[in-house]
Amino acid sequence: MKLTCKEASRLVSQGLDRRLGPWEWLRLRLHLAICDACAAFTKQMEFLRRAIRRLP
Amino acid sequence: MKSFAARVEEERPYLIRYASLQLRDRHAAEDCVQETLVAALAGEASFGGRSNLRTWLTGILKHKIVDAIRRMARDPEPVPDVAELEALFDETGHWREAPDAWPDNSLEQKQFFSVLEECLARLPAKTAQAFMMREHMGYETDEICKELAVTPTHCWVLLYRARMALKECLQTNWFQK
Repeated sequence: MKLTCKEASRLVSQGLDRRLGPWEWLRLRLHLAICDACAAFTKQMEFLRRAIRRLP
Repeated sequence: MKSFAARVEEERPYLIRYASLQLRDRHAAEDCVQETLVAALAGEASFGGRSNLRTWLTGILKHKIVDAIRRMARDPEPVPDVAELEALFDETGHWREAPDAWPDNSLEQKQFFSVLEECLARLPAKTAQAFMMREHMGYETDEICKELAVTPTHCWVLLYRARMALKECLQTNWFQK
């Protein structure tokens, strides 16, 4: 029922590539609300996306 | 005023850089750009000055890159090894080293992008292709799966692996400095 950080990290990545199902999305949100490490990881992934888009 | 051919030729270095990032093979990149420039000169009429020249050329180049990737995809690659990913988490699925915030101002530093390119160059070929098609060329996952001839699940694994490997590489070689 509860996500581990490992599962959460995979969903964060997939969330950048496809629309997550409502259940996946909810579980991920709940995890991110209480896990600073995964919240920081999410920001890192967004940072990475912005960085790649700035490559010439 | 410069001729169309001269203006097209001026874009060659930019296009080679673009294709090299994607294909990671200077020779293949130069071939793609050459085909692009030939096609561009033959298609001058269809350009008609209506859009930005670089944007138009990049559009043609993207097709040439996808063709090249499709040819390369015929060479099989072993199934991704997930061992390195496993090492980031302990047995209970927690981070061994918790990620922390990355300062945004790295994006203003030229040196950061050199490190990023080095990190990209270390990715396995197919992983890098999937990732760059997604993030640099902006393709949707289903198009990437089709071009690389892999299932959607495999595609998400490739993208996940690429992101995790880049995160580790940037953490070690840039953010920890």
